[in-house]
Amino acid sequence: MSESISSQIRSNPVDPVGATQLAQPGWRGRPAGSRAKSVSSGLPPFQRFLDAHRDCVWRFLVSAVGPTDADDCFQETFIAALHAYPRLRASSNLRAWVLTIAHNKAMDAHRARARRAVPVEDVVAVDGRTTSQSSPDETVWGAVRELPDRQRSAVTLRYMADLPHREIARAIGCSEEAARRSLHEGLTKLRKVVST
Amino acid sequence: MTAATDSGFGEIERVLRRAQRARPGERETAAGAAARLSARIASEALADITYAPVDSPFGTLLAAATSTGLVRLAFPEEDVDAVLEGLARRISPRIVEARASFDSVRRELDEYFAGARRTFELPQDWQLIGNFQRRVLGVTYEIPYGAVSSYAEVAAEAGSPRGSRAAGNALGSNPIPIVIPCHRVLRSGGALGGYGGGLHRKRWLLGLEGAFPQE
Repeated sequence: MSESISSQIRSNPVDPVGATQLAQPGWRGRPAGSRAKSVSSGLPPFQRFLDAHRDCVWRFLVSAVGPTDADDCFQETFIAALHAYPRLRASSNLRAWVLTIAHNKAMDAHRARARRAVPVEDVVAVDGRTTSQSSPDETVWGAVRELPDRQRSAVTLRYMADLPHREIARAIGCSEEAARRSLHEGLTKLRKVVST
Repeated sequence: MTAATDSGFGEIERVLRRAQRARPGERETAAGAAARLSARIASEALADITYAPVDSPFGTLLAAATSTGLVRLAFPEEDVDAVLEGLARRISPRIVEARASFDSVRRELDEYFAGARRTFELPQDWQLIGNFQRRVLGVTYEIPYGAVSSYAEVAAEAGSPRGSRAAGNALGSNPIPIVIPCHRVLRSGGALGGYGGGLHRKRWLLGLEGAFPQE
């Protein structure tokens, strides 16, 4: 996968997922509709790709958008991935790729929720306590969901998906330094919540 | 625990990492989401290839189909991942498991194995079959239930009178065995010859069809 993933994603307003563009490099030049005998260069069967990454994508989405919206985002993430899959390079980092798509789907869900202006289920009060009774883990993930977009993404990609800073930066579409900064800012806010 | 006593992110990192370990039931939820996804991919025909296990007297076969029809049937000894990777390489990596879409394949195979079906009507996709192999398997496909032919006869009918060895190879790499009845082709003297699924199965299939070879 090239370094330009994030710029490709941002450059295409029609396809915010970026899935079709992400897959472009290995695809250009092949005659349309041809079914050559060696169609792709060693990508695993999609089912294996799904088996390998579904838990990680699910965890990321539950923490990014909450359990209610996670299923829709999950379906949309893998449908988009399936659509673009054959055009992907076999050497791509598949986990970072699918988490990039999931990140974009999560952002769409947040934007849609903001438009609907329905209060989120885990409202964190000013003093950092959730308004509903919930476990400490739920409290912290409720607080994560209240973070600004980039901080939330950095925290969830780092701690739910275990992505290194470089791949977080790719997924969000920012510099590695900016990703580190967002992660630091997010953790600083979260620390206030859990230590309260 | 206060922020004043903890200048680093140790505590919050511990909380986040603890939350990262799958909560009870979460794997099931991810599995449920993945199952709903597979069902949707199958019902909306979004994959290029679907596959499913199919029970048989030989054990569990692996069936794979394109939108055209059955493209591959693999014996239990064949490595599932190797079969799927072969399909990914030769047709498309957009391969998803879809058990429900193989009901008609299961029904016809069940009927065949029970002796209640003599010809298959299920749609097939021969795209994995090359030119010469297509001629050989095309001839083989016409051998009726209960009858047998020889490598030499099949080769001759396929247009290569001296190609019985090549015909044997073409039959040996039949991607849709049982349905394309390569088990009905024997050596000229009536000896069994070879079979990709094992000679005991060739004998069993010929016995089922009432065409035991005279050895």
